[in-house]
Amino acid sequence: MITFEGVTKRYRDGTVAVDDLSLEVPTGAITVFVGPSGCGKTTSLRMINRMIDATSGRIALDGQDVREIDPPTLRRGIGYVIQQAGLFPHRRIVDNVATVPYLLGWNKKKARARAMELLELVGLDAGLANRYPFQLSGGQQQRVGVARALAADPPVLLMDEPFSAVDPVVRASLQDELLRLQSELRKTIVFVTHDIDEAVKLGDTVAVLRVGGRLAQMAGPATLLTEPADDFVRGFLGRDRGIRRLSFISAKEVRLGPAPPDLVTGEDGRPLGWRTGDGLAAYGTFDPETDSLRAALDAALLSPNGVAVAVDEEGRVRGVAGRDAIDELLAEYAPPVRGAGSAEEAPA
Amino acid sequence: MNWLADFFGDSAHWSGPDGIPVRLLEHLGYSAAAFLVAALIAVPLGMLIGHTGRGALLVVVAANAARALPTLGLLVLVVLLAGVGTVLPVLVPLIVLAVPPILVNTYEGLRGVDADLRDAAYGMGLRGPQVLFRTLTPVALPLILLGLRLSAIQVVSTATVAAFVGLGGLGRFIIDGLATKAYSSVIGGAVLVAALALAVQFGFLLLDRVVVSPGVRQTR
Repeated sequence: MITFEGVTKRYRDGTVAVDDLSLEVPTGAITVFVGPSGCGKTTSLRMINRMIDATSGRIALDGQDVREIDPPTLRRGIGYVIQQAGLFPHRRIVDNVATVPYLLGWNKKKARARAMELLELVGLDAGLANRYPFQLSGGQQQRVGVARALAADPPVLLMDEPFSAVDPVVRASLQDELLRLQSELRKTIVFVTHDIDEAVKLGDTVAVLRVGGRLAQMAGPATLLTEPADDFVRGFLGRDRGIRRLSFISAKEVRLGPAPPDLVTGEDGRPLGWRTGDGLAAYGTFDPETDSLRAALDAALLSPNGVAVAVDEEGRVRGVAGRDAIDELLAEYAPPVRGAGSAEEAPA
Repeated sequence: MNWLADFFGDSAHWSGPDGIPVRLLEHLGYSAAAFLVAALIAVPLGMLIGHTGRGALLVVVAANAARALPTLGLLVLVVLLAGVGTVLPVLVPLIVLAVPPILVNTYEGLRGVDADLRDAAYGMGLRGPQVLFRTLTPVALPLILLGLRLSAIQVVSTATVAAFVGLGGLGRFIIDGLATKAYSSVIGGAVLVAALALAVQFGFLLLDRVVVSPGVRQTR
């Protein structure tokens, strides 16, 4: 666990980057620091591995004040991933990944073997190991950056806007990959981003910071979307909070009905379209095992009759869910009704 | 071309204390000594200033001042101060000439390293000297070598001034030739100096191939 206790960073010119920040980063989960430019999110992150030292307050790593640890020693025990990957251009990929093991005095053979393991773990071909960074795409470089941070198996991983320099498609795949990795590794991850959608997608907990370095709200993503603490958080979350919240509800519980005869399927069992007077109409599909209620609703909205087609992982029709079935689940997950005790809070 | 044939064809020019081999070795000796001293001063200084960021003004001032100094004037001055009979009069001006390109390029090379890279190096847990020697220097190496190359070429070309103060080197063919109106000697000496400068250039390009990481060379 990482604990911030009244942490303040004030620069010599009087600028306050982080103002009296107190929060707890739980072990084994992803905590996202999100906020607009100048909210001190990166500064807060960099104070954990002492790339920046706090002016006052205390940051503790499992109870130990980070200021009691010599910075290079501290940093070798904390994985660090930065925006442009920051790979060493003069070293081959395998040696980039083995940076911290080398620093820790592992022998070359063991360090390289570990590096190869990690390249595989982050989904990179072993053939890339002997290339140089400039020969890799941005997305590949960022994967190497993650592999490098994980090389010595640190319990804590700091990620400073790691995916913001790649295109949206690559970014989405890197995000999915991170979630997959995290489900295996269970690291304590602090992730900084300015992108609220990324924060909501990745975070087990999301800390929203406001300009001037103050914590506005810290909550799970679903709670954040339904119950933003104030106008700033509400504004920062943006539109469609109600719809976006559905991403956190599994579509598994949607009641499925049998496929009606007017859903035309191919020989392989995959849907082809809805039969209409003059041909086939569009349809939308979702996989109840892996998709969210948002995907199910989206699928329903894509069909002219408002019926979503449920498919299995092979894309074969499993059944259908009408808007009534989706609506039942929506009602079940309606935002909680506020008691009289919280009347002083801003309305959602 | 006749002059060249006269000069290089004359067997007297290939032996004895004022023959081409001896003059060439003298020339290389002055050049190498001055270049090594300059490199030993300028490379560490440039690395230190580039890494710490302190003393950048010194680089600018030293570079400009040294460039403005006339080599011949300095030569005469050192002769007046130290007297003839030593190699000091030729070494001092050559060193002064050789330091700025090395200092400026080494400094610029280190300063020019991407801030993200520096950040990543510290963030991985490298200590200051490790950041300097394992990250900044290998990445800045192409520029450091460029500075060394420019400097070496200048030194080799300018070492001809040794002949002004009665020392040896290839400059003797030029100076003596001018004095006695033996133009074949002047041209022959000039060709030798030019060839030497080209050889130095070529040598550094080979060195670049060997010591610079392909990862850095390609991205330049």
